[in-house]
Amino acid sequence: MVAKELLRVEDLYVMYKTDMEEVHAVNGISFTIREQETLGLVGETGAGKTSTALAILRLLPDRTGRIPSGNIWFQGKNILEMDHEELRRLRGGDIAMIFQDPMTSLNPVIPVGQQIAEALLLHNEEGLTREQIEDRVDETLELVGIPSSRKNEYPHQFSGGMKQRVVIAIALSCNPRLLIADEPTTALDVTIQAQVLALINELKEKLKTAVLMITHDLGIIAETCDKVAVMYAGEIIEYGTVEDIFEADKHHPYTVGLFGAIPKIHEETDRLEQIEGLMPDPTDLPPGCKFHPRCKHCMPVCREKEPPVFQEGDHLLKCHLFGNSSG
Amino acid sequence: MSEPLIKTVHLKKYFETSRGLLHAVDDVNMSIFPGRTLGVVGESGCGKSTLGRLLLRLIEPTSGQIFFEGEDIVQYGGIKLRDLRKKMQIIFQDPYSSLDPRMTVSEIISEPLIVTKTVTGKKAIAEETARLMEVVGLAERLVNAYSHELDGGRRQRIGVARALAVKPKFIVCDEPVSALDVSIQAQILNLLMDLQRDMGLTYMFITHDLSVVKHISHDIVVMYLGQNVEIASSSELFRKPLHPYTQALLASIPLPKVNRGKIKRDVIRGELSSPIDPKPGCRFAPRCPEKRDDCVGQDIPLIEYSPNHFVSCVKYM
Repeated sequence: MVAKELLRVEDLYVMYKTDMEEVHAVNGISFTIREQETLGLVGETGAGKTSTALAILRLLPDRTGRIPSGNIWFQGKNILEMDHEELRRLRGGDIAMIFQDPMTSLNPVIPVGQQIAEALLLHNEEGLTREQIEDRVDETLELVGIPSSRKNEYPHQFSGGMKQRVVIAIALSCNPRLLIADEPTTALDVTIQAQVLALINELKEKLKTAVLMITHDLGIIAETCDKVAVMYAGEIIEYGTVEDIFEADKHHPYTVGLFGAIPKIHEETDRLEQIEGLMPDPTDLPPGCKFHPRCKHCMPVCREKEPPVFQEGDHLLKCHLFGNSSG
Repeated sequence: MSEPLIKTVHLKKYFETSRGLLHAVDDVNMSIFPGRTLGVVGESGCGKSTLGRLLLRLIEPTSGQIFFEGEDIVQYGGIKLRDLRKKMQIIFQDPYSSLDPRMTVSEIISEPLIVTKTVTGKKAIAEETARLMEVVGLAERLVNAYSHELDGGRRQRIGVARALAVKPKFIVCDEPVSALDVSIQAQILNLLMDLQRDMGLTYMFITHDLSVVKHISHDIVVMYLGQNVEIASSSELFRKPLHPYTQALLASIPLPKVNRGKIKRDVIRGELSSPIDPKPGCRFAPRCPEKRDDCVGQDIPLIEYSPNHFVSCVKYM
């Protein structure tokens, strides 16, 4: 049985416009997340991962961030057409977000318990009393492995890993349908990262939440995701199940480069395969395939025409290499 | 094997804090051999950066000795210290804050040449700067650019060129690729390895990233709360980690391999305890899955369990 569709992003564009320039951060991406599914969004700095997440929550900066076209359907409603009241209910309620840096995403002058209670109060559709909310705060803290006796402490009294647990507790307090985790463990040490990832995996199963996992770490993708979208210069250049991305024969040259560039723990490699060159400037993207200036397999057509999407089952590839082979 | 280029003996660095003595580096003994790379791994707060700074005499040790080419450099001062500085350099983690935003690329790279008088004369300095830029792969046209105009990878190349300017023998690389994207990280790692091969450089490579350290190091020191708990060659350490902390570290790395039906990894519980006034005994004991009664109370010495594989754990005593 296929799970119900929860989120559908259709041909989404995000751009940042200032007096000086236009930054094309996201350039026509489409994907869906089904209930209880985890989609990984992987790519390097500037690939448009965070802009995508912010667009879903309509949190793009007011004056500069724009969504010139596209649709974001969540449980059948278009987020881009929601008014303020609907957005307020959505954010932190049905869709919650964990940010990269737990040090700066908590308020330093409010005890952590109160910060969790705040989310519950704002989304108090069940009409919980003050006592019930306090009970829920205790439960949530225990759920993420923090003794509830610490709820009156301030963020600076917690370590980085504990702070990220508090952030997760806030995000999960209102039982969201979708959790957006933007590099949730990048600021943490590896043993603490393992604890936090195990926690997210465990809670995902317990609470039946779908997750959009944003990361640059292919190891984290392999361990937590069902589906993967590889982003480059604001486009999804490869999409598929984890098996498609990690085990299939056909890959986008950028995905191949990304895998070659990480040092392997269990293999001996003399030299890392590097991707020559740099990410393209998002104010001045190259024509045709956006990866062509760095691509080893660049053909004349790559410089002129945007590649079509080649599909094999669920596996999508946006590259001219595969365009003609079977169509 | 040849004589070590650098050797530390009972090296300690304690910092005074209002709550007591912070044992940042506590009795570290290790050697780095010429032309090789010693990787230092550990989590934040384990003292790995402090160790790097101690070796370079950027901070003074509380006690212990540091030998460089057979001479104890702890007592060095004046001209001797200044000469020593030419032989040891450092590449910093953050290519954003370690470069002066008001200096051009050529000013940054030529500054050490001028200060140390390695090269004199305007023309010679300009030529040497150009040569260094070419060595690290910076395009000539960037000579008058400011660091803020460049991306992280190019900035880190400036950091490498600046360190190479005085023709050092030994370079401490303090998390040089942590702030970079993987595709750029690979470029810088390859550059550092090429330079080592061409110039016979010796590195101490500090990082928290185990896959990076395995790739670049010949030997590895694992640190936990100021102490080295295990030392071995890179291949030996990854094949046969002895210390429970090393085993936990290796098990914590998410592998880029599909693993559906997810084998539950044994995640170690708890977090680093305080490095302030630690009690005698193994500092990893509070988190250790194999903790025994004799882990606490007495300090655990580093013993040679098998040739060139050292570990500090009661299990192997």
